[in-house]
Amino acid sequence: MLAFLKAPVSTLQDFCLLGAKALANLFRAPHYWDDVLTQMDRIGVGSLPIICLTGGFSGAVMALQMAKALDTYGASSQVGQIVSITLVAQLGPVLTSLLVAGRNASGIASELGSMKVTEQIDAMRALGTDPIQKLVTPRLFAMTVMLPFLTVIADFVGMLGGWVVSMGLIGTTSAMYWSGVYDILVFADVMQGLIKPLVNGVVISLVGCYYGMATSGGTQGVGRATTQAVVVSSVWIFVINLFLTQLFVNL
Amino acid sequence: MPAPESILSFDHVSVLYDGVPVLDDVSFALRAGETCVILGAAGAGKTVLLKTALGLITPEFGRVSLFNQEITGLRERQLFPIRAQVGMLFQESALFDSMTIEENVAYPLVNQVGTTVPESEVLPRVEAILNDVELGHTLDKFPNELSGGMRRRVGIARANVTNPKLVFYDSPTAGLDPITANNIMSLVIKQRDQRNTTTVIVSHRLQDGALMANYRFNSASGKIECQRHTAELDARTKFMVLQKGRIVFEGTEDELHASRDPYVGKFVLEQAQSA
Repeated sequence: MLAFLKAPVSTLQDFCLLGAKALANLFRAPHYWDDVLTQMDRIGVGSLPIICLTGGFSGAVMALQMAKALDTYGASSQVGQIVSITLVAQLGPVLTSLLVAGRNASGIASELGSMKVTEQIDAMRALGTDPIQKLVTPRLFAMTVMLPFLTVIADFVGMLGGWVVSMGLIGTTSAMYWSGVYDILVFADVMQGLIKPLVNGVVISLVGCYYGMATSGGTQGVGRATTQAVVVSSVWIFVINLFLTQLFVNL
Repeated sequence: MPAPESILSFDHVSVLYDGVPVLDDVSFALRAGETCVILGAAGAGKTVLLKTALGLITPEFGRVSLFNQEITGLRERQLFPIRAQVGMLFQESALFDSMTIEENVAYPLVNQVGTTVPESEVLPRVEAILNDVELGHTLDKFPNELSGGMRRRVGIARANVTNPKLVFYDSPTAGLDPITANNIMSLVIKQRDQRNTTTVIVSHRLQDGALMANYRFNSASGKIECQRHTAELDARTKFMVLQKGRIVFEGTEDELHASRDPYVGKFVLEQAQSA
């Protein structure tokens, strides 16, 4: 039983240590700002097209589906409210985080994993650089800053998608749709929609970095690390979403 | 005349992987100006020994000292200034594949804690050492655009660009054809003799050890010359043979050839036959 528990406990311990070191490095020199900007570009700007596409279609589909249900009660004018609250509080943060996890946690894990198996991480240490400072901290910082921005953009594009469907297919007026979108949102919803990607950003980047840095076993090991990074970060996104939703619902 | 400064020492060092020893009670010392050739088959623990010497692997038992300072148990950041005095060529060169050759060679000059080089001097030094390894034309290329031998030469340049006191070469000729392997060994000898560095080279090829022991770079002629079997050379080049993590031989080249240890005998005989 102890042997069975040893591996996950050891993994959790190593993960927490990596996270603590990466966070501590935010406050101590040297800072690799060039690497931070490169990662912001890769994670933020690089993810923008897929985030917009997914957000837009999600909003449009939600408006389409909700309009039919709401029409039963003669409340199809409420589409804007439903699209808005669902996107801002739940779907926007989760969808964006999942897409970024699929795109970037895998990218981080495979990049660092390849560096690990080709001894580049050891070379970095031998040449006087802390790999956590040089590789993990910039990715953590970039992901944590960019994910909330990406979520806000995905939310807005989703609302636009809902608006297009509402105007074109349901026949709601533009004013009615946008006033519904605006009126339904309260401070706690907006906070919920911003804190979730912030926490997810920390988890996605650290999971990607952890599995990358822990890679062993050549190219097969890199593939395994990449898969693990995506699966584990996706599971954590759902778990975090559940706990944070519970927290904000009770506020 | 005082004894040369102790550069590296292992004192009953053992490293375990999953409870299995990959270095087993290893003890030796290396003094300034010496060359140490560590021979052994694949999996004998050669790379682990070098990484342990550099503090990249922490041993379970024993003590490792670099430049008279015990490094066992030091934190990563405390190791950086010590590592700044050591250069290392990794087995597959371990060049950073997202950086150009210029950035790779400049990396220790720019990033290494304890290495202070004015920004204006970085490029001239990188160009000088790349010219030294005959790769002055590759500054803007990426590692994947170079052949295996060329990557190894860039690795040698990166290991020596800071003028370290001690340089480790991890199987510099592994996987190379004999002509390229000899060129690489010439460069290793040239760097050692030009900079008068203490050198540790691990290899599975006995020829590499023989070249290190018997050849010197003549700065006047600019060539590598054979200076076989002088008392001074014999004293300056030490051979060790690793078998399953244990040192089974330590001595000069002549003692290596005369060894009655069955493993050493087999190693020397098979290498001599294949040469």
